[in-house]
Amino acid sequence: MIELTLALVIGILTAAGVWLLLRPRTFQVIMGVSLVSYAVNIFIFAMGRPRSGAPPVLAAGDADPVRYVDPVPQALVLTAIVISFALTALFLVVMLASRGVTGSDHVDGREPDA
Amino acid sequence: MTDWHAHLIIGPIVLPMAVAAAMLLVDERRRILKGALSLAAMATILVMALTLLHESATGATGGGDTARVYRLGAWAAPYGVVLVADRLSTLMVALTSVLGACALVFALARWDRAGPRFHALFLLLIMGVNGAFLTGDLFNLFVFFEVMLAASYGLALHGSGERRIRAGLAYIVVNLTASLLFLIGVSLIYGVTGTLNMADLVARIPAIAATDLGLFHAGAAVLGIAFLVKCAMWPLGFWLTPTYSAASAPVAAVFAILSKVGVYVIIRLSLLFFGPDAGASAGFGQPWLLAGGLATVVFGTAGLIGSRDLSRAAGFGVMISSGSVLAAAGAGGQAALGGAIFYLVGSTLACAALFLLAEILQRGRNPDAGEARAVFDDEYRDPFDDDERNEPGLVIPTAVATVGGAFLICTLMIAGMPPLAGFIGKLAMIDALVRTGTLADWTLVAVLSLSSLGAVIGLTRLGVGSIWNREEAEPPLVVGAAELTAIAGLLGACILLAVFGGAGLAYAQHTAGWLARPEAYVAAVLHGAGR
Repeated sequence: MIELTLALVIGILTAAGVWLLLRPRTFQVIMGVSLVSYAVNIFIFAMGRPRSGAPPVLAAGDADPVRYVDPVPQALVLTAIVISFALTALFLVVMLASRGVTGSDHVDGREPDA
Repeated sequence: MTDWHAHLIIGPIVLPMAVAAAMLLVDERRRILKGALSLAAMATILVMALTLLHESATGATGGGDTARVYRLGAWAAPYGVVLVADRLSTLMVALTSVLGACALVFALARWDRAGPRFHALFLLLIMGVNGAFLTGDLFNLFVFFEVMLAASYGLALHGSGERRIRAGLAYIVVNLTASLLFLIGVSLIYGVTGTLNMADLVARIPAIAATDLGLFHAGAAVLGIAFLVKCAMWPLGFWLTPTYSAASAPVAAVFAILSKVGVYVIIRLSLLFFGPDAGASAGFGQPWLLAGGLATVVFGTAGLIGSRDLSRAAGFGVMISSGSVLAAAGAGGQAALGGAIFYLVGSTLACAALFLLAEILQRGRNPDAGEARAVFDDEYRDPFDDDERNEPGLVIPTAVATVGGAFLICTLMIAGMPPLAGFIGKLAMIDALVRTGTLADWTLVAVLSLSSLGAVIGLTRLGVGSIWNREEAEPPLVVGAAELTAIAGLLGACILLAVFGGAGLAYAQHTAGWLARPEAYVAAVLHGAGR
């Protein structure tokens, strides 16, 4: 069940994100980048083969590795979240600068000829 | 050896980070202090990088045929992150620091005043690039990539202006997307193999079950695309020329190494992971590298011939140089790779010098200079609207002759014509390819030769137009002493490469030989001494 849920969520987020990424307005692009980065973060998490009821942190007195999931992807995903969050914020600033300088929110910095 | 010496390898990463962090505390107006700080840091990095290069060349640690391994926190290799300094990575770190030092000197003439926090961003970029070259762990590579890219986003917009912001927007979106692909590739590889340490991966790849092999290859391919976007392989590289030509000159010069980070990772990982011992994965992706590299060289040459301004031509020069190295790596011969590594060093230096020269030649006819408007008023300063600060310092007489001579050297290096080092590298590549002599090799020989011709035609036309045949209305050529020092540094390194061409080529060939033996790398990282 958890596999199906994760796969569906990753698929829907990626599809929506890629579609938005290819749109002409900068706001749509930044939403697309955000959605794809969520999908990628969940994907990294899924690569640790998570199971229900299996924590990644050892409990005292129970060292049987079968009862735990791989903690490494969960550590990796934290790093990935922080980095993609920071870079999205940076992109937002550039987007605002572009809007301010060019007077247009089109990704080319000018309105297409109608 | 002393304790200091054992930590030398992490110096090129920690020093720029520490200085950049400290610099954020210094007020923006104390420009001389900031300039001096970053110049001192850069000089120290240069010394450290050259020491590391000297050690891997002379083989203080076992004939140069091993790697220096630095275990962070003294964790053993597959569990902790390691830094690995071998012949290829020290060469690239040395190239970065030469390029960085020259670009910084050029920037000190006036470009560092064009916007806030230039020096901190510049040092962070150097830190990210050095880290990407030295790390031995895929996820750590991602982190250094992001440090490098985050700094490059800031630097690409340095000086502001509409053209930079437009180009920067596309640059950031392309690279954010490529970073996401990087993560997908890394996590797929982790999902299949259960490790991210490069040396550990080499040991585990032959043992991957046949049912998982497709998944692993998909991960490697997605990862490869992320790097190929970075090295601007056709058709993934259309972002490069607009960004590099819009960026301020010293930034564009140091960006010349950014695309080489992608090339480095491709060479490093494809030879480690898909070497002859990799079982079913051996030689994975090689035909793609060859075809993509060829297409990149053709596209770059066509673009260079068609460019109407010099900084765009320099951008296409970067693409030609990346494409040639990728194609030679894809052709698969060890001798061709050696030639390509030598060519990579020389052509990167020359492309960087060309970006600097382009700025000197196009000064005063920048169509955007008047349009630039402040976005954040308190942080913004137009480099051209303040006459007092606009003085380039000591002005060099006979500017036309000096710039003309420098331009000639750049042209010869980028085209790979005798008597300079570009020719030695190209000849070594072509010689090796002719010896193997398959159809693909001959195609590559033809494309490399034609790209030399195209580069000569394109650059000569632009040079005549902008140096000797200037329009009356254009301002006279003015070259500051600092600017000339920077260009002389880059071109001096090119000339040294030609004068000591034998030793340089021997080093490059030896490096290619070392790269062809991934088991030696694995032994050094997993079982070797060091800390």
